[in-house]
Amino acid sequence: MNQSAHQAHAYIRPQFVDPRTVVEVKKLVTHYGAREILHGIDLEIREGEVMVIMGGSGSGKSTLLNTLLGLLHPTSGSVRILGQDLHSISDVQRTKLRQKMGVAFQGGALFSSLSVLENIMLPLREHTRLDVSTMRIMARLKMQVVNLDGFENLMPAELSGGMIKRAAFARAIVMDPRVLFCDEPSAGLDPVVASAIDDLILSLRDAMGMSIVVVTHELESAFRIADRICVLDKGNILLVGTVDEVRATDNERIQNLLNRRTEEKILDPDQYLRNLTAAND
Amino acid sequence: MAEAGERTMPMRVAERLDGLGRGVLAGVAEIGLGAALFAQSIFWIVMGNRRAQPVRIAATFARCMEVGIDALPIVTMMSVTIGMMLAIQGIYTLKVFGAEEQVTIGVGFSVVREFGPLITGILVAGRTGSSLAARIGTMRISQEVDALQVMGINPVRFIVAPALIAMVVMVPVLTFWADLVMLAGAGWYISVSLGMSFAAYTDRIIEIVSVEDLFHGLYKSMLFSVLITLVGVINGANVTGGAEGVGRMTTRSVVLSISAIIITDMVFAFITTRSG
Repeated sequence: MNQSAHQAHAYIRPQFVDPRTVVEVKKLVTHYGAREILHGIDLEIREGEVMVIMGGSGSGKSTLLNTLLGLLHPTSGSVRILGQDLHSISDVQRTKLRQKMGVAFQGGALFSSLSVLENIMLPLREHTRLDVSTMRIMARLKMQVVNLDGFENLMPAELSGGMIKRAAFARAIVMDPRVLFCDEPSAGLDPVVASAIDDLILSLRDAMGMSIVVVTHELESAFRIADRICVLDKGNILLVGTVDEVRATDNERIQNLLNRRTEEKILDPDQYLRNLTAAND
Repeated sequence: MAEAGERTMPMRVAERLDGLGRGVLAGVAEIGLGAALFAQSIFWIVMGNRRAQPVRIAATFARCMEVGIDALPIVTMMSVTIGMMLAIQGIYTLKVFGAEEQVTIGVGFSVVREFGPLITGILVAGRTGSSLAARIGTMRISQEVDALQVMGINPVRFIVAPALIAMVVMVPVLTFWADLVMLAGAGWYISVSLGMSFAAYTDRIIEIVSVEDLFHGLYKSMLFSVLITLVGVINGANVTGGAEGVGRMTTRSVVLSISAIIITDMVFAFITTRSG
C-alpha cells in the first residue's frame, strides 16, 4: 500500500509542470458536509491522452469529476485546466474556459424539451454568433462523427440508451473542446454498444487530438481505452500508470478491484446476532 | 431508567430548541436564496446582452404562452363561476336590509381589488408554480442543470429569467381578464335576478370602480407572480431523492406559494388601504 502510493507520486511528479499538461490537480481536498471525501489528490492529465479514473463506488471518483468540472468547490488545493485555476478565475473567464471543455454526462443530461439537433446546437447558439444554417451544419457534422445522423428531429425521450450517450458526446464535442470529460460512458449499455462507445472515445482522441478524462468502474472498457489509469480508493490515489503497470501491480486493493473480489469480512456468528438484537435492548 | 429520565428532560428541551433553530435557519436561508435568485434574474435580464448571454426572447415567449394563453380556459371558467357566486351571496346578504340593488358596489370592489388577483394567483400557483418546480427538479435529477453549468450557460439566465419575465407580464394580464369575466358573470346573474339591464349594471360598475382600485389588484398580482416563480424555483432547485423528491417538492411549492399569496394579499391590502 505504502509502496504503491510512493510509486504513484514518483510517477506524476507534482512539482514539474509539463507545458502539454491540460489538467493539473494539486493537493485537492473536498468535503461533503463535514465528511472529507478526497484527501489531497495530485494528478496531471496530458495533452492527447485518455486518462481513466477508476475506482469502486464510494471511492470519490464522482466527487473528483464534479470538482474538475467546477460543480463542487474544493476545501483546499487547486484544479488548473489549460493553465487557468478553475475555481478562482472570474465568472466571465470561467465561461470562456468552459467553452474549451466538453462533458458527456452519465445519463446524457439532454434537455428533454429540445430535439436532438437543438440539444447539440445549444452550445453554439449560446456562445457563437453563427447563423442558424451554419450551426445546423456543424451540429450535423458532429452527429456524423458519433454515428447518429438521421435522428436530428427526434426528442431525447425517443432515443435508446446508446443513442442518448452518442447524442451527449456530440453535444460535448460540438465546440471542439480541448478536454473532454466522460462520466461512466459505458454504464447501463449492452456489451456491443458499450464497445462502440469505447471506439468512439478512441477515435475522438486520434482524430481530434482531444485529451479525454473518463470516469468509470468498468474494467474491460478502462483497459481498452486508457493511455493511463488513475486508481482511486477511499479518496486517495493508489496508483497512476499505464494499463500494463496497473495490471502488474502487487497492490492488494487494486488486485481485488481487478479480480472483482470483495474485501471479505470475517464474521463471527455470535457478534452478528448481538448486532442484530442490540436495538431491542 | 431514572438516570436516563433525568438526562432526557433537558435533552429533549435542547433537541426541541435545536430543531426550532434549524427550522428558522433553513427558512431564513430559503428567503435569502429567493432574494439572491431574484437579484440574479434581474442582473441577467439587464446585463445579459452586454455579456453576450442574453435572456432568450423565444424561450420567454414560449413561457408566456404557457403561463398566460394556456391558462385562459380554466381562468375564464373559474372567474365566471366565482362572479356568479359573489352575486348570489351578495344579493342574499343585502336582502336583510332590502338593499339588493347595492350588490353592484360589493361585487365591483371585491372582484377588482380581491377576487380577481387572488383567484388568478391561486390558479397560476397550481398550474405554473408546480410545473416550474417539477421541471427544475427533474432537470436537476437528470443533471441537466449541471450540463448547463459546464456548458458555460448560467441556469438562472436560461431557466429562471424567462419564467420570471413571463410571469410578471402574463399574470397581471390574466388578472385583468379574470376581473372582466368575473364582473360579467356577476352582472349576468344580477341582471337576470334583479331585473336590472346589463348596460345599467356596466355603467354602475364603471362609475364606482376607480382606476386605483383596478391597479391595486394588478400590482398585487404582479407581486404574486414574483412570489410564485421564486417559490417554484427554490423548491425545484432543492429537489433530492429522485421522482419521489420531485413530487414532494412540487406539493410543497404549491402549498407554500398559495400561503405566501394569501398572507401577502392581506398585508398589501392592510398597508395600502389604511394609508390610502
